[in-house]
Amino acid sequence: MAQEVLAPLSGNISKVSVGVGDLVEEDDEMFVVEALKMEIPIYAPCDGTVSEITVKKGDAVEEDDVLASID
Amino acid sequence: MAVLDHMGIFAVTPGMAVMWLIGLLLMYLAISKEYEPLLLLPIGFGILIANLPLTQLMEPGEGLIWRFYHYGIEWEIIPPLIFLGLGALTDFGPLLSQPRLIFLGAAAQAGVYVTFFAASSLGFTLEEAATIGIIGGADGPTTIFLAGKLAPQLLGACAVAAYSYMALVPIIQPPVMRLLTTANERRIRMKKGRKIGAREKLWFPIAASVVIILLVPASAPLISMFMLGNLFRESKVVERLTDAAQNSLMNIVTLFLGLSVGATMSAENFLRKEVILIFFLGLVAFMIGTATGVILAKIMNLFTSDKINPLVGGAGVSAVPMAARVVQRMGAEADKKNHLLMFAMGPNIAGVIGTVIAAGIFLTLLE
Repeated sequence: MAQEVLAPLSGNISKVSVGVGDLVEEDDEMFVVEALKMEIPIYAPCDGTVSEITVKKGDAVEEDDVLASID
Repeated sequence: MAVLDHMGIFAVTPGMAVMWLIGLLLMYLAISKEYEPLLLLPIGFGILIANLPLTQLMEPGEGLIWRFYHYGIEWEIIPPLIFLGLGALTDFGPLLSQPRLIFLGAAAQAGVYVTFFAASSLGFTLEEAATIGIIGGADGPTTIFLAGKLAPQLLGACAVAAYSYMALVPIIQPPVMRLLTTANERRIRMKKGRKIGAREKLWFPIAASVVIILLVPASAPLISMFMLGNLFRESKVVERLTDAAQNSLMNIVTLFLGLSVGATMSAENFLRKEVILIFFLGLVAFMIGTATGVILAKIMNLFTSDKINPLVGGAGVSAVPMAARVVQRMGAEADKKNHLLMFAMGPNIAGVIGTVIAAGIFLTLLE
């Protein structure tokens, strides 16, 4: 069952740390969002395989935007 | 030999030389350590050149720097224009989303009032004590605005203290916040507030201006400019004006501000024991404001099941967004998946308004 990885706040994607097909464990760093000149890491909510990444470095995201899916 | 008489070298006093060192120190902090460089660099340089003798730069009526100071600060144009830019940069969403966070912004102003009484009891006049107290509001333009009206002789010292401590917020606040909170409290995750629509964000600056100015008319110069800038931003139909307010205007005005403030810091004005007291009281003001914000959050938690992370109270000290970043960092240290940044922006911005209202109250009582 796919789990979505959501943006916890608005900002810009400054780093994408995983690729489609990667195996992740809960709490692995998946993205870094930059907001108010702070770098905020986004962690995997569960174990699994990254099935989809919907953003790339430089994209602006809003709170609750889908960043990726984990199967 | 008349040429020698006019050379500045022979008119240098030891006091001036000390001020050069201070100017150089501020420029070093700005450039090497990146402490508030937008202000401390021109302030540092302004101190240096204002303390070179025989230049007439600060000669009333004629001096170049005097003109910036007189028309920008004495005529109270520069701080309101900075507020125009700040309003255009501010998003009231986080505050409107959880309005109860306004109280945390208000609580942190206690640092201002406690310091006012402390300064007054230490021998400063009421006007001077108010200017020193407002340092605790962690808001540069408001400090300069109030000093210009109530205690221009303390303008330089209070401005440098305010901007220095704003830069040092990541060092000053955490120990206070850690002392007053348990590890469990620091891990509290907060529930998101409701989503705020564009129309609400459009009405807010209009309604807020009317309410605040009706209650505290003396705050009008700063509040009206702040809310106008915000209205530009939220209307979304004046992008050119919003962009000018956020960028070119802010940059130009900040440039004049730093230079004018630095130039008031002549050796006679600055090398007095009162200045050491001002720096001490300013630090106290920051620390007390942090403490009262955190404490009020803990008290509010006694009355609600929707808990507030008390760290967020520390962001009521309105160094925007430095204090909010401190909250984010401390929250992430306790629980790396806890993102408090946007919650902290609520009290952070409320604190700006709280400080302006405090300044307005001081002006009403003392001017």
